[in-house]
Order: sequence, then C-alpha cells, then structure tokens
Amino acid sequence: MTAIPMADGLILGGILFAVGLAGVLLRRNLLLILVSIEIMLNGAGVTFVAAGSRWGQADGQVMFLFILAAAAAEVSVGLALLLTYYHRRQTLDADYVNEMRG
Amino acid sequence: MLRLLWLVPAIPLASALALAVLRLSQKTVAWLGTCSITASSVISLLVSISFLNAPPASGAYTQILWRWFDVNGLRPEIALYLDPLSLVMMVVVAFVSFLIHLYSTEFMSGDDGYGRFFAYMNLFVGCMLTLVLANNLLLLYLGWEGVGLCSYLLIGFWYRDPANGRAGRKAFIVTRAGDTAMVIGLFLLFHDLGTLNIQDLMHRAVLQWPIGSSGALAAAFLLLSGAVGKSAQLPLQTWLPDAMAGPTPVSALIHAATMVTAGVYLIARTHTLYSLAPQAQFAAAVIGAATLLMAGFSALTQHDLKRVLAYSTISQIGYMFLALGVGAWPAAIFHFMTHAFFKALLFLGAGIVIESLGGEHDIFRMGGLRQKLPVTFWTFLVAGCSLAGLPLITAGAFSKGWIVWGAYSAANGSAELWVVALAGVFLTALYTFRMIFLVFFGQQNSQVTRKPGPAMVIPCLILAFLSIAGGYIRTPFASYLSTVLAWNPGITRSPSFGEMFSEAIVALVFFLGLCLAYVFFLRRRDYSTVLASSPAGSVLHRFWFSDWGMDWLYDHLFVRPVVWIAKVGKGDPIDGFYAGVGRLNEIAWRGLSLSQSGRLRWYAAAVAAGTIVLIGVVIFS
Repeated sequence: MTAIPMADGLILGGILFAVGLAGVLLRRNLLLILVSIEIMLNGAGVTFVAAGSRWGQADGQVMFLFILAAAAAEVSVGLALLLTYYHRRQTLDADYVNEMRG
Repeated sequence: MLRLLWLVPAIPLASALALAVLRLSQKTVAWLGTCSITASSVISLLVSISFLNAPPASGAYTQILWRWFDVNGLRPEIALYLDPLSLVMMVVVAFVSFLIHLYSTEFMSGDDGYGRFFAYMNLFVGCMLTLVLANNLLLLYLGWEGVGLCSYLLIGFWYRDPANGRAGRKAFIVTRAGDTAMVIGLFLLFHDLGTLNIQDLMHRAVLQWPIGSSGALAAAFLLLSGAVGKSAQLPLQTWLPDAMAGPTPVSALIHAATMVTAGVYLIARTHTLYSLAPQAQFAAAVIGAATLLMAGFSALTQHDLKRVLAYSTISQIGYMFLALGVGAWPAAIFHFMTHAFFKALLFLGAGIVIESLGGEHDIFRMGGLRQKLPVTFWTFLVAGCSLAGLPLITAGAFSKGWIVWGAYSAANGSAELWVVALAGVFLTALYTFRMIFLVFFGQQNSQVTRKPGPAMVIPCLILAFLSIAGGYIRTPFASYLSTVLAWNPGITRSPSFGEMFSEAIVALVFFLGLCLAYVFFLRRRDYSTVLASSPAGSVLHRFWFSDWGMDWLYDHLFVRPVVWIAKVGKGDPIDGFYAGVGRLNEIAWRGLSLSQSGRLRWYAAAVAAGTIVLIGVVIFS
C-alpha cells in the first residue's frame, strides 16, 4: 500500500472544510447547518490524520478521536436545541431566530 | 448759612423720589418739580453769598454728613466740599436747571410722561449737584453715574420710537467706555495713595509722585478717558449728536449746559494731578484742539437744527479741554459758565422754533421766522452771537478770546494751538450764522402753528441777559478763582504778541466768518449749493456730515464684531462641540447595533471572514 501524499490529504481536508463552511453560510435549514458543521469537523479531522501520517505520529489519530467525541456531544446538544426550536416555531429556518438583534 | 449746603442736592433728590412714587396731577407735578429746583438754586445762592462774604479760613467749607462705609481702609464719606470752583459750578448748574425746568413746564405740557419727565430731571439735577459738590472721588463717581443714568433715561424718554431707545443705549454704552477707564483710575489712585478724598489725594500725589512719574501719568490718563467719554470729546464723541433724540429741554440741560461739562470739572478738580503728568495734560489740549475743529466742520454740514447745536457743543467743550490742556484753568471754567448760558438758550430757542413749526427739525425747511417769532429771534441771535464770539459785547467773546489767548500764552500753549483755536472761531462764526440765516432770514417756508407762552419766553430772556452780562465779570471771576485754580503762565518764553493783539485777531476772524456766512447762506444761497455739489465738495460734505465717518468706523470696528460674536454665541458653539461628541457616539452605537442583526449565518460569515483575515495577516506579514 503506497502512502497517500500529504498534499492530497490536506487538499481533501480543505475541500471538506470549505464545503462545510459554504453549507453553514448558505443553508437556511438548521438541520443541514448542523450537518455542514459535521462536514467541517471531518475536514479538520482529515487534516489531523494526514499530518499524523506525514510525521509517523499517532497524535493525529488521537486528535481525530477527540474531534469525533466533541462532534458527538455537539450534535446531541444541537439536535436537542433544534427539537425545542421546532416545537416553538414549527420551522427549522435559521433566519427566523433573530430576536437577539441590537 | 453754609450749613444749609446739604439741602442743595438733597431737595432735588427728595422731590425726584416723590415725583417717581406719587401719582400727581400735571399741575402738581409742574409745581413740585419746579419749586424743588427753585428752592435748590435759591439755597445755593444764599450759601454762595455767605461764602463770599465770610469765606472760611481754609478757603473751603467741608460739610461731612455721614460716613458712607468703612471697608479695609476705604472710608469714603457722604461729604460736600465747597470752594470757589465748586461754588461756580453749583450756582450755574442750579440756576440753569431752574430756568430749564420753568421752560419745561410749558414745553412738556400734555405729554403722557409729564411726571416721569420731571422725576428724571429732578434726579438729574440732584446727581449733578452731588457730582459737583462731592469731597471724594467715590461720591463724585456716584453722581457721575447718576447723571449718566438720567441722560440715558431722558434720551430714550419717548421710548415708543425704537430709534430713541437706540440713541439712549448708544449714549450709555459709549460713555461707559470712558467710565470704565475712570473707575480703573480710581482704583489706581486708591491703591497708590490710600484715599479717595480729593484734597488729601492731591496733597499725597504731590508728595509721593515726582513730575512725569508713571503712576501720575496712568492715573491722569485714566481720569482723562472718563472725562473724554462724558464730555463727548474725540474719540468718544459719537453719542452726543444722537442724544438729540431726547426732548429739547433735556438737550439744553444735560447735553449742552451741565452734564457734558462734567469732564471739564473733573479735570479742573484734579488739576494738581495733571500738573504732575504734563503729557496727560498736553493730550487733553490736543484732544480739545482736534475735537473743536472736527466738530466745527461737522456742524457746518448738518440739516437738523439740534444736531448743529450738538456738534457746536462738542466743539465748545473742545475749547474747554484745550484751555485745561494748556493750563489756562480759569478760562475753561469761565467758558463753561458762559457756554452754559448761551448754549442752553440756543437749545431753548431751537425748542420753541421746532415746536412752533409742528416738529420740523430741518433748517432748510425753516426760514423767515424773524417776524413770526420776534422774541425768540432776538434771544437766539444774542445766544448765537455769544457762541460765535461777537467781540466786546457778548459773554462768549470774552471767554473764547481768553481761551484763544491761553492757547498761545499759557504753560503748554503754542502758536499751532493758537492757530487751531482761531480756525475754530472762524468755523463757529460760520456755522452759527449759517444756522441763524437759514432759520430766521430769507423767505418763510413753513407755517407757525403755535406761539410760545410766558413760561418758555421768560427763561430765554433771562439767559439772553446772562449771555451778554456774564462776560463782564471775567476779571473778578479770574481773581476769585485764582485761589484754587490759577492761570498757569508760560514762564520759559516771552510771547511775541500781546493779549490785545490776540483778541483783535479773534474779532477779525469772527467777522470774516460772519461775512462768509452772509454771502453763502443769505445773499447768494446758490454759491453754497454749487460748492457742496462740486465733486470734492460733495465728498467732503458727506464726510463731514457723517461726523468724519466715525460712526461708520465704530460700527465696523466694534459694533458688528460684537453683534457677530453674539450671533455666533447664540448657537452655543462650545456646547456644539460636546453635543458633537455625543452625536458621534450615537452614530457609532447605531452602526454597531446594526451589525447585531441576530442572524446566525451572518455571524458565522463574520467569524469566517475574521479568521481568514487573521490567518492572512499571519501568513503575509
């Protein structure tokens, strides 16, 4: 098995992050925003893993496990908020939550 | 008898209070207002007679009424001081006031403000007598400001016309400029010499200040500024012509005979100080000489009868300042006396003329009043001759000839000042007879609607008598006054001609002026029109008519900047700065609160953009 060059891993990570960011900025549905955040987290994870394999260190994969745990926690909180929001507003459109404007 | 002195100012002040507080009928007002001044002048005469018969050992009588206050070494008294100088002033002021009050009873009859008028006039007389009799400068200053207040009140007497109120304010503010300097002078005198009692002050000044020392100079110049303001001399003369907005008796009493000569009195009273400050004294002479010429030229071009007389007053007081400045002290006081008689008479005559023509002021619309108002014509003619200086007969000739001689022969005199004084004689004769010819000769242009009654004619007759007889007492007057106010002869040089020669030249110049006035304003009126409409003539005419552009100058130099500052200040520019700071904060707040849109995706975008910028900075710097 040939080693994947580090640049490929970083490019993949960058693409994933950019796609996720675009999703966060452009999507109006809160559920899909949450999904996009997951994609961004995975982009970050891919970057860590690529960096870990470049230097032959396990730290990159350890960090990915941390990110996974954090993502799981985040998703559980996020989904709970989402449900509450849906109960109140009968919608998942993020642009309707602007009560905090100045 | 001398102990009655306090009644002289007290009676007019008390009656002023009574007239102001009580509501009286017109008859009672006239009675009370005139009787108080009559009583005052009778008492002043009695006091003078007893003073002349049995003069006090020290040559002066001081009556201390009570101590005014006592603050940290300043202990002014309400005290009266009678010496030959203040005696002359007191008698002239009281007597002329009496005649003018008598005149006013008829002149003002039917006016709405009859009681108010007499209250102000009585207050004026009381303040003027206080000023004249005060034994310390603080009491003198009280009287000084009192007469200034009355002047303001009486100029704006017909307050329904805003122009009169404006003239009153102008007079008050312009004289205030001089008064401020004067009060600083008083502070200086008290600070350096430790008293304000005039006699003590003069003694200490002689002991403490050498001739020409800076303290004496500063004090003398500051007091001179006060005198210049009050006496309408250059450069503060602009208020007097406008002061003619007041009723004519007011012009006669305040703005011709008495108040405007207060400056002359102040300088004469403090003449010891001026002999310690020769530069200040010489400045008075120069101011007087310049003023008498400028005002003479201005008088030559005026249309308004009262304004002609106003400029003439400025010019004659210029003569008094000239006399004070050269050291011809008694001549100044003598001219004050004769001027009080003939100028009051001229104003009273002008009042009759204006009244009888139904309020016409323009001398070019008068004419031929000789037959219609014979008594007024003759008295006016006597006063005019006295003003112009008809030699040997009239009082004015004696006093003015004396000043002209003094301008040459007294301590500070010189040939130049003598020539200026002579030019003044010429101008005086010219404008006086221009006025007389235009008003009383020629053809009649307007109808006489009202004849003066006895209350207006009798004062004129008495003043006409005094305008002639007043001159003959010159020699006793001089010797009597010499104890306090001696002629200061020029000791260092011998004059190249004598007094008789000077008087002869004055007479010659007078007749020259008279003839010229006869040609230009009676025989060939068209000559003067041609002269005034030629290019150079019309420019000069306009220039002189507007008082040498002084009003224009002051308007641009002082009035407009102040008005502009006031206008700017009305908008609170300093508040504007702080309001601007507040506004800036508010704008910033609005901008920031706009960014708090509450939109999740915008926040995310901002975080992303911020991160990109930060990373960019880290990478590219």
